[in-house]
Amino acid sequence: MNKPSPNPQGPPRWADRLLSWLTPTELLEELQGDLQEQFAQRLDQVGPRRARWWYGLEALKVIRPYYLRRRLARLAHWQRGFFPKRPATTRPLITPEYSSSPLINPDMIRNYFKIAWRNLWKNKGYSSITILGLAAGMAVAMLISLWIWDELTYDHYHKNHDRLAQVMTTLVRNGGELTTNRFVASPLGNELRANYGSDFENVSMASMIQSRELAAGDKKITAKGMWVEANFPSMLTLNMLKGNINGLEDPSSILLSASVATSLFGDADPLNKVLRIDNQANYTVAGVYEDLPHNTTLNEAKLFIPWGKYVSMVDWVKESMKHWDNKSFQCYVQLNDHVDITKETAKIKLTSMAHLNAASDGQEELVLQPMNNWRLYSEFKNGKVAGGRIQFVNLFAIIGIFVLLLACINFMNLSTARSEKRSKEVGVRKAVGSLKNQLVSQFLSEAMLIAGIAFLFALLFAQLVLPLFNTLSDKQMTLPLGHVFFWIVCVGFTIGTGLLAGSYPAFYLSRFDPLTVLKGTYRVGRFASLPRKVLVVVQFSVSITLVIGTIIVYKQIQFAKNRPVGYNRESLLAVYMTTPDLFGHYDAMRSDLLATNVVENMAESSSPVTSVWSSQIGYSWEGKDPATQPSFGTVSVTQDYGKTIHWQLKEGRDFSKDFNDSNSIILNEAAVKLTGLKNIVGKTIRKDDKNLIVVGVVNDMVMESPYAPVTPTIFLVNPGWVNVIYVSMKAGIPLPDALGKLAKVFEKYNPAAPFDYTFIDEEYAQKFSDEQRIGNLAAFFAALAVFIACLGLLGLASFVAEQRKKEIGLRKVLGASVFSVWNLLSKEFMFLVVFSFLFSVPLSYYFMNNWLQNYEYRTTLSWWVFAGAGIGALMITLATVSFQSIKAAIANPVKSLRTE
Amino acid sequence: MSRTYLGEFEELVLLAVALLEQQPTGAYGVSIADELKQRTQRTTSVTGVHVVLYRLEEKGLVGSVLGGATLARGGRRKRLFTLTADGHQVLREMRQLRMGFWEALPTPFFS
Repeated sequence: MNKPSPNPQGPPRWADRLLSWLTPTELLEELQGDLQEQFAQRLDQVGPRRARWWYGLEALKVIRPYYLRRRLARLAHWQRGFFPKRPATTRPLITPEYSSSPLINPDMIRNYFKIAWRNLWKNKGYSSITILGLAAGMAVAMLISLWIWDELTYDHYHKNHDRLAQVMTTLVRNGGELTTNRFVASPLGNELRANYGSDFENVSMASMIQSRELAAGDKKITAKGMWVEANFPSMLTLNMLKGNINGLEDPSSILLSASVATSLFGDADPLNKVLRIDNQANYTVAGVYEDLPHNTTLNEAKLFIPWGKYVSMVDWVKESMKHWDNKSFQCYVQLNDHVDITKETAKIKLTSMAHLNAASDGQEELVLQPMNNWRLYSEFKNGKVAGGRIQFVNLFAIIGIFVLLLACINFMNLSTARSEKRSKEVGVRKAVGSLKNQLVSQFLSEAMLIAGIAFLFALLFAQLVLPLFNTLSDKQMTLPLGHVFFWIVCVGFTIGTGLLAGSYPAFYLSRFDPLTVLKGTYRVGRFASLPRKVLVVVQFSVSITLVIGTIIVYKQIQFAKNRPVGYNRESLLAVYMTTPDLFGHYDAMRSDLLATNVVENMAESSSPVTSVWSSQIGYSWEGKDPATQPSFGTVSVTQDYGKTIHWQLKEGRDFSKDFNDSNSIILNEAAVKLTGLKNIVGKTIRKDDKNLIVVGVVNDMVMESPYAPVTPTIFLVNPGWVNVIYVSMKAGIPLPDALGKLAKVFEKYNPAAPFDYTFIDEEYAQKFSDEQRIGNLAAFFAALAVFIACLGLLGLASFVAEQRKKEIGLRKVLGASVFSVWNLLSKEFMFLVVFSFLFSVPLSYYFMNNWLQNYEYRTTLSWWVFAGAGIGALMITLATVSFQSIKAAIANPVKSLRTE
Repeated sequence: MSRTYLGEFEELVLLAVALLEQQPTGAYGVSIADELKQRTQRTTSVTGVHVVLYRLEEKGLVGSVLGGATLARGGRRKRLFTLTADGHQVLREMRQLRMGFWEALPTPFFS
């Protein structure tokens, strides 16, 4: 076939391409020839433009069912080699290779769907059980996929997420253990720029995310923000709604998120407006950016303030720029395109050590933590990345797959169970010439139809449950209904589920031998129900395992919650001292607060009682092993601290104004244990050049993770080093009144800021939020798994009851009691559940034991958890099965025996 | 359903095949489309005519051979259709059917 040269006067090229694409191969030559001949005629009659137009139009008309079907058939034929090849010169009247293959013949497929629809309609009960179960499974899979997607694309909002990294510090702590944290010293930024400038596109120092008091006119709000260098917003590729992304180059400017801008300025244009922060300095709004979405690590930061201003305005920050041992800052970098992060880490790891003294400051190394790891691989163990949330992602992926599998198993079970009813249909179809493949595709298309309906329901369920799921998982997800990709995945997913769920029945049913089936001698063999039983066992094993896992997660949370805390959390209020106005009025404020009559006591300290912000090394004592350099959590408090939080003094005395406590310290039990000293009260501990006298010992207090052992902590009195004010309220006073009175006092001393407080019991409860969330999610999924499994059981039980209807009728006529019939029907299922219980016990023991190893303060795997789950499963099964079996047992035998 | 059931367009195409296979051009897509256009004054698409021809062939009313490549066709062969005995039979039956109706009508109906 000679190709026409590309001729501007010739037929349009695209039309030819379309033709060769869509026309059945064997027809292309004659059809294209005809069109070209016609084109040549038209060229003479109406000129090239019209002729080309006509040609294109004719080519487009190839898109019609007849050609498409032949084209598809041809493709299918070519792929399957279904029919022998024939010579193409003369064609016989019936040309099998050119007509549709029966496997994809549209008429047959239409027929399959019609039969499938009739079957669904005829057995409404089974159909709804199948569809409901499948829909629940698919909805769960959908929600979990959404959750996983959200986790996997965490921080992908930042366009440079592949090249951004945070500089972390790995420190050698007590006894050679390595700990990694995000704190670095402030000169690091300039040092990296100076020495490795060619490797980094951007380097920015930053503060922690902290609360700031913002005031614009009369409006005062609290918002979290970060001090960052001018290039930081462009590193994060913030989406600027107004103003300039490089606005922070001017040290008296500020970038606000849209939400903060709206709450401060309403609808007015915020650009170039002036606002005051912490009653310290004024800033001009240089830009407004779209709030960082919920699935970004830095989404809490609602404003960015220039680093330059921080350094010039805050004295201790200015001072820190000269020192490498004050590690209170963060450093973010953007690597150049060609730079490998592992190699770069090796290059820079000793940058800070070059300025430190190993003997007095301890050994440390810098590590680059890429942004892609921030969320999922955030935990370090001994200086190496040791997982993190990725474990939950894997866990939920497994759960999702299992729940979907359970739903598919239901489907398989119900359809194979009902196969006997359809065996006649299979027999007839085979007898009139159905091929096995045709039957397979019939049952597959039936499964596909069910999966399709279930998918629609699943979409509805997912949409309805999503708000609840978002609360449970602390996310803001939506179904991306507008995305083509989502639909492609969903359709693929539905077809996949349909194939998975339909494969077993399809191959099982199509294997029937028509002769035996039609003769009526077909009986399901003794072992025909074996696969079905195995599937039920799998279903219940998974469900019981999930239930046991959930109970243990809750038990662990409860165990940690019941741990003796060592202080009183009730009606204890904390106010973080974010503005300078709050400092230096301790006694005056205290007496004003006590004068309100609602306050029991008030104190200040350097770390909130729910965490330890500072730990120090350099303590020594009599008998200390000089080779070790243990670190102690160090908390500075005022003398009233103990009485305010109600710590429990074990030995010695509390701090008191009656003594000069400037050199006194109080240790917690863990600290006493670490020193190894007996009768410690009155002994001396040296810190640098100071002699500190131990005046008391308090019971351990859970200040950090409730799952970890208590940090050895030293309390000392240093009124100049405080960050938090505590107010303990008198019992039995209505909260709103009391808070109103407190607010008045705080407004007096801190006029620039709103009265912003937290309750310690709430803050303490926060420590459980991660585990609580996992517990809730696991409970959610376990409940669904049990629900799906029970649905399946319900279907099977009703099937068995119906199948044995006659038998039951006969038994009753011959005098069987309701109980014995019930026993007959229920026994088999109970046996299966007991069996699966035996499977799930070791399985869940193994997994939950592993999980508990993550916690140092952990609950035990009590036998009653397993027993309880087993009995619970048995009860639910009994209830489900009894519903059907009792119905069958009390039915009037006349009804079942009358026919025939 | 009768094997010989034909739609109006199918009947016209079949008639065109009967007419053109006697002539030197032969009956193939373009000539049939031209003939129909000339006689019915409606635009007929070649691809549409082909579909009908293939259907007629599947029904066994026409047969075909390949041949007659020309330069205007870019060297491509054409499929030349001929009436089969069945095709003749069907046309004859159709004509008789219509004639029967016309004869039954009273003469002054159309004159």
